[in-house]
Amino acid sequence: MKLQRNGRSKALAIGAVALVSSLSLAACGSDNNNSSAGSTGGTGGSSTSAAAIKCADKQAPMLAAGSTAQGTAIDVWKAAFGAACPSSTLNYSGGGSGAGVQQFNQGKVTFAGSDAALKATEVEASKAVCTGGGQGIDLPMVGGLVSIIFNVQGVDHLVLDAPTLAKIFDSQITKWNAPEIAALNPGVTLPAADIQAFHRSDDSGTTQNLTAYLAKASNGAWAYPAAKTWAGKGGQSAAQSAGVSAQVKSVPNSIGYAELSYAQQNNLKSASIATGASKPVDATAVNAATTIATAKSAGASNPNDLALSLDYATKAEGAYPIVLVTYEIVCDKGNKPETLDTLKAFLNYTISDAGQHAIGDKGYVPLPKEVSDKVKTVIGTLS
Amino acid sequence: MTTATSTADRSPAPQLRRPLTAARLPRWAPAGIAVLSIALACAIGAGAGLASHLQWGVIAALLFVSISYGVAAKVEGHRQAKDRFFTSLVWTAFVLAVVPLVALLVYTFQQGSSVVDGNFLNHSMRGVLSSGPGGGIYHALLGTLQQVGLATLIAAPIGLLTAVYLVEYGRGRLAAAVTFFVDVMTGIPSIVAGLFILSVWNLALGFDYSGFSGSLALAILMMPVVVRSTEEMLKLVPNELREAAFALGVPKWKTILRVVIPTAIGGITTGVMLAVARITGETAPVLMLVFVSDSINTDPFNGPQMNLPVYIWQQYGYNNQYSYARAWGAALVLIAVVMGLNLIARGIARWRSPKTGH
Amino acid sequence: MTSSPPGVPRETTEASTETSPRRRSSLQGNSRRGDSIFRGASAGSGILLLVIMAAIAGFLIYRSSIAINKDTTSFLTTFEWDPDNIQKPSFGIAVLVFGTLVSAAIAMVIAVPVAIGIALFISHYAPRRIAQPFAYLVDLLAAVPSIIYGLWGALFLVPHLGGLNSWLDHYLGWTYIFKLSHPGAPARSLFTVGILLAIMVLPIITAVSREVFRQVPRMHEEAALALGATRWEMIRTAVLPFGRPGIISASMLGLGRALGETIAVATVLSASNVLSLHLLDAGGGTFAQNIALKFGEAGSVGKDALMASGLVLFVITLLVNGAARMIVARRKEYSGANS
Repeated sequence: MKLQRNGRSKALAIGAVALVSSLSLAACGSDNNNSSAGSTGGTGGSSTSAAAIKCADKQAPMLAAGSTAQGTAIDVWKAAFGAACPSSTLNYSGGGSGAGVQQFNQGKVTFAGSDAALKATEVEASKAVCTGGGQGIDLPMVGGLVSIIFNVQGVDHLVLDAPTLAKIFDSQITKWNAPEIAALNPGVTLPAADIQAFHRSDDSGTTQNLTAYLAKASNGAWAYPAAKTWAGKGGQSAAQSAGVSAQVKSVPNSIGYAELSYAQQNNLKSASIATGASKPVDATAVNAATTIATAKSAGASNPNDLALSLDYATKAEGAYPIVLVTYEIVCDKGNKPETLDTLKAFLNYTISDAGQHAIGDKGYVPLPKEVSDKVKTVIGTLS
Repeated sequence: MTTATSTADRSPAPQLRRPLTAARLPRWAPAGIAVLSIALACAIGAGAGLASHLQWGVIAALLFVSISYGVAAKVEGHRQAKDRFFTSLVWTAFVLAVVPLVALLVYTFQQGSSVVDGNFLNHSMRGVLSSGPGGGIYHALLGTLQQVGLATLIAAPIGLLTAVYLVEYGRGRLAAAVTFFVDVMTGIPSIVAGLFILSVWNLALGFDYSGFSGSLALAILMMPVVVRSTEEMLKLVPNELREAAFALGVPKWKTILRVVIPTAIGGITTGVMLAVARITGETAPVLMLVFVSDSINTDPFNGPQMNLPVYIWQQYGYNNQYSYARAWGAALVLIAVVMGLNLIARGIARWRSPKTGH
Repeated sequence: MTSSPPGVPRETTEASTETSPRRRSSLQGNSRRGDSIFRGASAGSGILLLVIMAAIAGFLIYRSSIAINKDTTSFLTTFEWDPDNIQKPSFGIAVLVFGTLVSAAIAMVIAVPVAIGIALFISHYAPRRIAQPFAYLVDLLAAVPSIIYGLWGALFLVPHLGGLNSWLDHYLGWTYIFKLSHPGAPARSLFTVGILLAIMVLPIITAVSREVFRQVPRMHEEAALALGATRWEMIRTAVLPFGRPGIISASMLGLGRALGETIAVATVLSASNVLSLHLLDAGGGTFAQNIALKFGEAGSVGKDALMASGLVLFVITLLVNGAARMIVARRKEYSGANS
């Protein structure tokens, strides 16, 4: 009997302790990360760029959603912006470009991030949200590149071209020492191992940009159209860029693709691409900027829509062909009045030199001046 | 269950031809056989050059079961051997289950314990770069507790009462229909529940993202688990108890409240806690309905919130060493939180239960 | 939580002594009102649940019908998933049905016997000193979020299963099912998913079965032992028959989770549109995983198509549960309640 009573009071005591600790926890949370360890991360961006941030007269919290490709960029920006303008909290949900555009068209978010320009049907749908005759427009904001990551023992530098890449990802080339790869890499000892090719299992703008490149530049070796859904045969798939890079990192003799930032964070090697230029092009931000600078306007009917048409088949010197541009999608007219000021302040910061510079060392490509100037003009006219 | 154990140990095999005291394996026999088979398996594994320790384990398990059966059959006779066989199977099942489960916990602890400290627990992620160190989970922890709490407040009473209805009152078409739909409900993929709430609550009725809309989806996921486990536990309450209560003139509702439910309270608590555990770990619907936030939001009815599984998912997606550490740290805290809730619920159940312990 | 007969009747008598004076004064009125209120509340909850479910089912059926009307191929036999193709939307669930059923079946085949073993271990075999903490440990594992199982599966389980897979290929490769087509590729297969799901549902099945086994009337057990039964014979004749409906219910709860598991499967499985009987080969897909992976970028038809696949998962769960209910119903004599 005594024992049993002990057991009961013990359970009660544990419960009481847990209750008290959770209550005390509720009392002492803090949003302030600048005093301690957070300061190294938090102020790194803000100290350099605080001068460039002009807070809105009427600050308001904003919601945004969309592309995961620009997730890290938004992360850098919102830390700096939030530090400079404490009432302008931005919450960004990276659920995918499609989900972002849909939430935008449901009027649930202030702006959306998308790896692809709005389709005609999406523009139509946006007219319901952008009141007063407005519509959704694409503002190029984040430049990036898709790097071909690989993990082959003893191989530090790998050169591939579009047809070879297409055949590798379509399981037509299955050995690392295949003649096609060897021909591009003279002097490199390639193992006789099977190629473990990884692609994305979820639909994504990254896949879309890679397949657009393959479809355009591989002279028919890639028999599928550019699409968000992977169409190649064979290989293994993994969810999200994080999943693909984790697999490539842990599986020997593997190859995959992910945004440059994932390659950098995981210390993965990126293949250089033989484009037809005099020498193969490395996967660097500078080389991607060269390609984006040559991008033409996609020729949308609305002059405020700055969607770009990228030249995946570029043969220019030092132009890395597999690039992607993430657009911020906003209303040209009829943005929500309570968040309009904050939205403009935020976008003005992100497109500023300081904003573009802040993401430059995170694996992104600062937009060339000819693009960013146009974007700045359009941001000024938003209403 | 100690009585069962000791009785079984004392009961000799009633085989008359053998002397009653002989023909028993010594008490250390199972342990001895286990050690022997593990040693043998290691020898075989190392000898054959099997790389995966999983194979060693499988060999050891097979050896253990077959040796204990063989030895017992030789010494103790057929029936005892069968008993030994199943005893060793049960022990093997125990070990088989413990290994991955403990491996999982240890792995989580190893990966996560380095970041969990006071700062991690009482700071949010506001202003922290995902690629840098620092930051914490306070906003997510608070969100999880509020959302799960609200969901439990909605789902547990409804689920409990429904189970009572099905077991104690339910006859005819309504009960059949409820049973049918509860069965279907266990198969809802969580994302569908999220979409349903999104379409009805957020789009059709026009409410904004909030912790509460997440709670609604979680409540939908929680209900069938509560109903089914509670139903099962109520059914196990012996009819004699109900009849005794009725015979004493106790009204039915009071019989249910004071006799049936208290008798089954342990099982019901387990069921509710299983449901809580399940929804606490849900990612997809919460992500869709609660949005995400880096800052503390103490109001679950207004504005975006965070949630621990979403936090883990988000940090995993950032894919760098600091965010990985934060993800595992958050996982560790999440497990601890659910365990804490579990202990509280068990404490309450034991306190309210009519039996004085067991 | 053993049902200790001496305790409960005492509570009953307490309850009755407490109420009898009041009841005598107020006669039947009070109790009848209480009864009808309580009955109404419980029936009301049932109806509310019914309404919610009917709404969800209606919502799903409505959305699915839109998508299926647009599908240019056979919904049930197509492998590809391309609903947002404007010229020719085509999508089908053949791969998903196969993958979901196979992975859940592997999970059940592994998890149910082991879970019964563990539940028996806790309730009837283990010394109390081990049983109690171990029961807590199992409950704790029910609390591990699926994303953690997913990460653990991808980073820890997959590399460790390589050896076992080549072993199965070596000795059982002739069965076709256990043939490895790409030896050396990471084991991100339906088989691995099945094992992971088994580990995930183990705590659920164990926890419920354990509670059921503890409710076995002591009299039955002691009667069996008194007749000279060994412990196993006692369990076989007294515990398992009594616990059978409970085990089935517990397994159904576990199966529900295995069928609907999203994030863990998405993290571990190498999803593809290929239907292969080589269970050790990477590839395949499940309903929930497919919904989670395709949802973010899906267009309007795509979303409806995913809803349609969700509806199929509904129907599958329903059929499985229906079968289980029938088995349970046949053994009703063991149920304590008068239902």
